[in-house]
This record gives sequence, structure tokens and C-alpha cells, in this order.
Amino acid sequence: MGKQKVTLRVNGVSYEREIDPRMTLGDFLRHEIGLTGTHLGCEHGVCGACTVLINGLSGRSCLAFAVQEDGSEITTVEALAENGELNILQQCFQEHHALQCGYCTPGMLMTLTELLRDNPKPSEKLVRDTLGGNLCRCTGYAAIVDAALDAAQRLAAAREA
Amino acid sequence: MGAKHFGARVQRIEDPALLQGKGRFVDDVKIPGTLHACFLRSPYAHARLRSIDASRALALDGVIAVFTSADMPERMQRERMPMLVPNAAIAALRTQHALAVEEICYVGQTVAVVIARSRYIAEDALALIDADYEALPAVSDLKSAIAPGAPVAHADLPNNIASDFKMEYGDVDGAFARAPHVFEESLWQHRGGGMAMETRAVLASHDSASDLLTIWTGSQTPHIGRRMLSDMLDRHIESIRCIAPDVGGGFGPKAIFYAEEAVIAACALKLGQPVKWIEDRREHFICATQERDQYWDVAIAVDDHGKILGVRGALLHDTGAFVPWGIIMPYIAAATMPGPYVIPAYRLNVRVALSNKVATTPVRGAGRPQAVFAMERLLDRVARELNIDRAELRRRNFIQPEQMPYSVGLTFRDGKPLIYDSGDYPKGQSEALRISEYDSFEERRKAARAKGRHIGIGLANYVEGTGLGPFEGVTVRVLQSGKVAVATGATQQGQGTRTTLSQIVADSVGCRLEDIVITVGDTAAIANGVGAFASRQAVNAGSSAQIAGTNVRKQIVALAAQALGVAPDDIDIADGEVMARTGNKPVLTFGELARMSQGMPGFSMQPGQTAGLENTAYFTPPQAAYCSGTHVAEVEVDLVTGGVKILNYSVAHDAGNIINPLIVDGQVQGGVAHGIGNALFEWMQYDDAGQPLTTSFADYLIPMAGDVPSCKIAHVETPSPLNPIGVKGAGEGGTIPAPAAIISAIEDALKEFGVHVTDTPLTPGRLVELLTAAGAYDELAFG
Ligand code: FES
Ligand code: FES
Repeated sequence: MGKQKVTLRVNGVSYEREIDPRMTLGDFLRHEIGLTGTHLGCEHGVCGACTVLINGLSGRSCLAFAVQEDGSEITTVEALAENGELNILQQCFQEHHALQCGYCTPGMLMTLTELLRDNPKPSEKLVRDTLGGNLCRCTGYAAIVDAALDAAQRLAAAREA
Repeated sequence: MGAKHFGARVQRIEDPALLQGKGRFVDDVKIPGTLHACFLRSPYAHARLRSIDASRALALDGVIAVFTSADMPERMQRERMPMLVPNAAIAALRTQHALAVEEICYVGQTVAVVIARSRYIAEDALALIDADYEALPAVSDLKSAIAPGAPVAHADLPNNIASDFKMEYGDVDGAFARAPHVFEESLWQHRGGGMAMETRAVLASHDSASDLLTIWTGSQTPHIGRRMLSDMLDRHIESIRCIAPDVGGGFGPKAIFYAEEAVIAACALKLGQPVKWIEDRREHFICATQERDQYWDVAIAVDDHGKILGVRGALLHDTGAFVPWGIIMPYIAAATMPGPYVIPAYRLNVRVALSNKVATTPVRGAGRPQAVFAMERLLDRVARELNIDRAELRRRNFIQPEQMPYSVGLTFRDGKPLIYDSGDYPKGQSEALRISEYDSFEERRKAARAKGRHIGIGLANYVEGTGLGPFEGVTVRVLQSGKVAVATGATQQGQGTRTTLSQIVADSVGCRLEDIVITVGDTAAIANGVGAFASRQAVNAGSSAQIAGTNVRKQIVALAAQALGVAPDDIDIADGEVMARTGNKPVLTFGELARMSQGMPGFSMQPGQTAGLENTAYFTPPQAAYCSGTHVAEVEVDLVTGGVKILNYSVAHDAGNIINPLIVDGQVQGGVAHGIGNALFEWMQYDDAGQPLTTSFADYLIPMAGDVPSCKIAHVETPSPLNPIGVKGAGEGGTIPAPAAIISAIEDALKEFGVHVTDTPLTPGRLVELLTAAGAYDELAFG
């Protein structure tokens, strides 16, 4: 199997690599460029732990081949904190105890990052529906929903300020 | 001074790293030169392995080796995996070999291992191994396993009975003979999994310079793992280090020491290169241990007022092909059934059967959800038959707080008489009824019914033995930097172990939370350890943290008093600083004292002074601490689809003193979600040949964000008298009564149709079947 050249921009940094065409985007992030924040929970597209933003849209990095995303802009959990400070969504996760083992958390954060960007005032139902693509075995979701709703409010307040 | 952190909603110290993608799970640990392993697993539930030809696989570029049992260390070829909890009552005392030697007893059993330069290549190579099997008749279903003439799960055993035992007290038959009312139920609960989001994972690396073998493993019990490895590899225990780094959920199945852990370690030694194995989800479905498959045939004898006179019956438990965790689960189940009720006479005949499926070992709840289901289903039946409100019936039968400590009359799994140490069951239930607005439910029902909606309410109670021995240790040491190092054999899979232990140490030593440097789940950090199971860490490690912290504080006071020339009583400690209350109030920092505690080279220590400010405590609980609770579920059933929506869920929970309510609430909410899964969704299915049918998250459903309501939680705190901090375990209580409460609510919602539910999970299809059988659709016109 011949290697193929790809160039991906991940969190604003360009990475050029020669890779097997069958390498998934998830494995590329984790094992080619060492960004292990993105987790793989099922590798069959159901759990959502591997969610990243691909050109701004949430996508499952276990289901995409890295070569398919040649030239794309990828955003992962590593990009969320600003200068080592947790961003508002991350702070809300900590305050509401929205993570236990933390394995699903990167995917949750990326899904919610997209949601809060596109829907600054989501209803609880919209949050729960959106999280339908992200499984969490630890928390029972309540604290994740609370964190998302709280973050929406605080982001709105920050925008007005 | 005093309790600053204990009891407070302290935010977790684990979170900042995990939120930034800086956690360190096994697959995040990178060692240059690491090779990747994949396991060849049996496609048959029962077979004899005739031969393996790996030549085509070995010819593949990037494949380093294919190993079978014959390539493993001698001990691993000869002996089976160690049994973790042996028991004399087990007739078929058997575990599997690390790699199959000849007979294979479940689909997925490890047959061979491929080592390659990448996981992709290793998976390719699996398909190129030619393994020849002779298929043997398999036994899949538990009931057919014990039928006469059933195929045997192991060819050399006479039958499939792994164990028969009985738990009983009182004059059971007399009670039933005299009782005015006797009701019987036949119940079944499914087989399901822990389904942690992180699959199992092992990385082994041998350092030839130090001869140290290091194993990173996604385990709840690294100290136990090290002992197993020491035995199986014939290696001195001091030359093995097991690290459970960040672990993405445990829930029981990761408390087991697995064949894969031993094989990966053996491969790393044999090849002299690090070897990593990351389980895929399908493997997790077929090979990680599971739980819950039990049939209960039980009966209850009551008087005219619903007072319980006796309970008796039979429990049939599926252990799968092997018994790695002994017969603990059916034992716990049998001991849990009496629950919070006064039951004068009780007998349960327990039979443990082998089948050709992966072994069952504890999954969050460990036999208790089934036992509570059995007891609460019986009580619901009594309530219905005698026309007594379900809550009132339970109230009439509660053990009263003044009866504590209460001896049930049985022996618990820790070998001690089953004695409830503390608890207030009537209060727990009334709290749950209050927050769930149970009393006004009939109004809600009426309003819903007027709109054609079917809603119902249900409740369930439980008592859970937590905080089991043997011990857990904590070392507290003041560092010369002024930081306080804490090390423990307790582990973390999301419980916030680091945070809660840090809270206790910060209070007992007298430092700030941020000055604590804590190591969990690393055998190099503390000599002895046990790990996470049986909701035991808060009790065991929490108590040790308190004892060790208090001892170090005494050392600090003694040294500071000496250095400052004041009486020990005149020393205050706060935020890592030590000051004299007298004179011009001189201050010494923890760092300065830690340096003094090292003495001076060549000079003798002061009389009474210890070397270093350090203490290790191993708290050993005298017996289990019994937590308890009441769950109330309010549900709506969609008659057309058979779908169930949980409208409200209320929990009153007694976990003794609470170290951190934020964390305990999270444990309860997460536990309830697991229980909802057991009640409505999760069902590990097999066909008659023992082939697993639900091997992805698309087939085996776990609850999603839309399925789990935010619980209302009330804490009833009756401190346990059995440990210095008065705590009880909190990790499993959320799961245990949930199926019973939810099924009770569903039956209530459908009471006009007389639907009677005896098994879980209650999937929409099954519910429609029950409604059809009850004639519900005869009267409904669906156009
Ligand atoms: S790992 Fe991609 S969806 Fe589960
Ligand atoms: S926090 Fe563990 S899976 Fe979500």
C-alpha cells in the first residue's frame, strides 16, 4: 500500500505527513502528531468520544480517513483553553462536575463548542438532542447539560460585556 | 482549623488536565519502539483447537511474531489464570489459560497473539492465521445449561453446575405453612456489560538496565495485577511495576486480572521491546466480563396487613465459562435480598451454572440489582393483591433505626455476620417520597390520563454492603518543598479519588488542597494496595488518609514545638504553616520542618524525633458498612411504540458522612443512568450456539442524554460507626434499585391493562408484546 502525502491544519498549525491512506483521522491526530486529547471509544461511529471540528463542523475522527481531510482545518480539544486558562465551557464542566473519568469529555466539549457557537441560547431539549451523539457512561449527563446551559448564559454575558 | 474541605463541594483537582486533553490514558503513553498486539480469538463458543498455522501471517511485512500458548512462559502454559476469590463452595474451580491450550469455552477466548509494527498490520495479520478448530456442542442459555442431557460447557465436567449453596435463617417452611397469603414470582434479569467508554488497554515495557518490567493497564486493581504477574511470569514482585494511569471508567469489569495483561507482559519480556494492546469495542463486547444473568423463582409469605412472615426461593446464576471472581456475585445477591425489611425467615437455594459465554464478574451493583428487583417485585405483588399502597406496605416492614445495629441472620461475602451498622430506612423512604411528590401523584396521573397519556410511579428500596476489606493504604509525607505527597493503592476511574483523599489529608495535616501531590494506582508509590471494587475506596483509603494525615500532623507539632521551644499545645497549623501561639508567634513552614526532619549528616536525631515527616496507614474495616436508599421513578409509557420516558427520578441516599457532595451526587446520577440502561435498554444477547449478537453500540444500547433525567437527590446521613470518618460507599447505590423502581412505575402506568413485568430489560418490543397479551390493543382504535 503506497503512502500518501497529506497536509492538515490542526489547531492552527500545519502538519505535512506521508501516511497510509487507510489511517483514520483519529489515529492521525493521536499517533501521527501526538494530540492524544481526542479519544476513541468505539471506532465505529457511535460513541462520539472522537468528535473534532472539521472545517468548523463536528465530525467523527474515527470514521474519516486522514487523507480525505487533506487541506482541512481541524480543531481538537487541545485548542479550547486560552493561554492555559480553561475557557468558559471548560470552567462550567469543572464547576458542575460534568466529567468523571474524562474519557468522553473531549468529544462532549467539541460537540458543545459547535452547538454554543451556532445556538447561543439553546434549550435544554436542544442540548440533550445534540448530545444524543455522544455517549457518557459515568455522569448520567445531568451535569453536562447543566454545564452547557450555564456556559451559554455566561458566554452571552461575556459577549454583552 | 477543623474540617475545611471534608463535606464541601470541592471542585475536582483531576479536571483541568482532563478538560484540556492532557489526561494520560494508557494509549496516550508513548514509548519509542513500541510494537502493537492483536489477539486471535475463538470464533466458536466451544471447540477444540487442533492446530494453528501462522506462516501466511508471518510473511506479511511488519509482522514481528505470532505467539501461541507454547511460546508463553512455562507457568502460563501449564497453569490456568489465578482465581481471584476462591471459595470452597465452588465445584468447578476453573479459570482459562492465558492463551488457549486445547479446549476453548467461549467466543472470543484468546487463542494467539500477533505482534506487529502497527495495530493496522496486526489486524491484517489476524486474518491470515489459519487456525483449525473442532467445534463441540455448546451451551448458551442458562436454563438449558442445567437441563438433563444438556451439552457440557467443559468437555471433562459431568455437568454444568459450578456451585450449589443455600443461604437461610429462621423457620421458613413453618412461616409459609402458617401464612394467610403466599405469592410467587418468576423473574429474569439480562446479561449486560460495564461498558466503560475507554476499552481495556495494556502497555508493557521492560527496562534491561534496571530489569524493571512496567505495565500500564486500564485496571481498577493494579496491585492485584502485579501479584498475578509475579506468579505467572515467575518474576520477583519488586521487579514489576503496575500503573493504572487515567482510566476511562471501570464499573467492575476492569477489576479483573485478564489473560491479555499477562500475555502482553510476557511478549514485552520475550521480544525485549515495549508492546501495546488496545482493545477494540467489539472485543470489549465479547471478552470483557459481564453480569446480571439470573433467574429468580421466589415466594413471599405475608399476614393480612402485609407484614412479611417469610421469603424463600431459588436463584440460578450464570457464571459463563469460567469463575475468575469465584461465586461472589450470587452470594452477594442472596445476602442482599432481605434489604431494609424485617424478614423473620429466609431461604434461598442458589445454583451457579456454567455456560459457553464469557465469564460474569461484578458490574456496578454486583448481584444486588437483581436481588432488589426480586424483593421489590414481590412487595409490589403483595401491595397489589392486598390493596395496600406500595410505600405504605414497605413502611410497615422496615427495620427501625432503633434496631441498629441489626443482625439479618446471614453471613455476608466478607465472611462476617451480616449486621447493618447504621441507617434510617423509614426516613430514607419518606425523604424520597417527599422530593418525588409521591403523595400528589394521583392528581398528575388524572391530568395526564385526561390527555390520553399513561404515567405511573414506582419505588424501590435497597441496602448495600460497601467498604469491604481487606484494607487500603495511604502514605502522607511532607516534602522539603513544603508540598505534601500522598500515595495510595486506591485507584481512579472517574470517582474523584485524588480529590476526596486530598480533601481529607488537607484537613488532617493542615495544608492547602493545591499543596497536595497525589499518586494513585501505581504500585511503585505504596507497598500494598487493593483497588476499586465494592464501593470500598472512600471507606478504606479515606480512613487511611485520615489516620496517616493525623499522625503526620502529630509529627509536625512535635518537631515544631521542639524547634520553637514551646509546648505542643501551643502550636497552630494552617495552610502549610506552623506557628507558636505564644511569644512573638514565630512561624515555620512545612518545607522548613521537612528539612529539619532529615536531621544533620553525622548527628543523632533528637530523642523521640522520627526520620522525615511521614506516615503510612492501612485501615482495615471490621466488616462492611451498609449504605441504603430509596428510589422513586415517574414514567410515561407510549402505548403505540412501547417506548418509556422517565419523567422524574428521585433518590434518597444514605452514604454516611459525605466527603464531597459534588462527587457523590455525580456518582448517584451516573449510577442511576446505568440502572436505567439495565431496566430499559442493555441486553447482551447470544444465540443458541453461544454466538454474541450485540457487539456494537448500535446493537447494545446504553442510555443517551435524552434518556436520563436529572435526578432529584436527598442525602440522609447516618454516619457509619465502623470507620474514623463515618463514611459508606457511594459508587453503586445509584444503579442497584433503579430497574426495580422503573419497572414498578411502568406497571403502575399500565395498571388498567394488568400488565405484569417479570424481566428486564423491558425493551419497547417486549412491552408491546406484554400489552398485546394483556389485550391493551383490543380496545384501542388505531385507525
Ligand atoms: S470513537 Fe468515533 S464515534 Fe466512537
Ligand atoms: S466522564 Fe466517563 S464516560 Fe463520560
